[in-house]
Amino acid sequence: MKVLDIIKILNAKPLYVKDEDFYNVDFNRAFASDLMSDVLALIKKEFEETLLLTGLCNAQSLRTAEMLDLKCLIYVRGKELDQDTLELAKEMDIAIFTTNCTMYEACGRLYQKGLSSIDVV
Amino acid sequence: MLSEKYEVARDDYANAGRVSSQVKQYLSSLGVSSDVLRRIAVACYEAEINMIIHAWGGAINLNVTDDGVIQLIFKDVGPGITDLEKALTPGWSTASEEARSFGFGAGMGLVNIKRVSDEFDIVSSEEGTTLTIGFKVS
Repeated sequence: MKVLDIIKILNAKPLYVKDEDFYNVDFNRAFASDLMSDVLALIKKEFEETLLLTGLCNAQSLRTAEMLDLKCLIYVRGKELDQDTLELAKEMDIAIFTTNCTMYEACGRLYQKGLSSIDVV
Repeated sequence: MLSEKYEVARDDYANAGRVSSQVKQYLSSLGVSSDVLRRIAVACYEAEINMIIHAWGGAINLNVTDDGVIQLIFKDVGPGITDLEKALTPGWSTASEEARSFGFGAGMGLVNIKRVSDEFDIVSSEEGTTLTIGFKVS
């Protein structure tokens, strides 16, 4: 699913996107959690194609994404980053979006439109 | 052998993960493959977070041996882990509310570290905990 479709489905707004080409990047899977150790434990492959949804709106969600080479984060419940953390996202070049959807609704909308979960083995 | 040393300060939540980022960048510059690099980054980040939220700070030593082993030694200054067996049980956690507000305290830290590393050793007393992990790169 292309980023452009994802943000339409979630009515999400960009907080940081390096360039317009990113809207054509495909993400095949998504994972959602506010617990970063769960993210670090469960995302085991296809890292660059996995979208992370979280309500944890701080540097640790970005650091977690950085360690796993994730390229895109979506913050749920309308959360936004403070300026320092936004600068960190730019430094790491991780695309950031925010949606007013709750975690449940964001996941439901994307799953209904065909975005798969990750495989937990 | 190449060696690097990094300091981690107690309760330094604002900078949590910075050392792991530096370690990842350094090893990337040495040409370590992305799969191995990701495993090292995950382990290093979990261990760095543990030093900040559970310990009173400490140091991280990175060694790259000539025979292709990357070793990370996390040595903190206390207060030690009272029950190592429980600490290695998935879901068991003594993390504070502050640690949880940063997204940690799921009780998966040491479990994750052990899972992704090729070598794992942990020794703990009231004087501190030393965690040694190794990764084979060749």
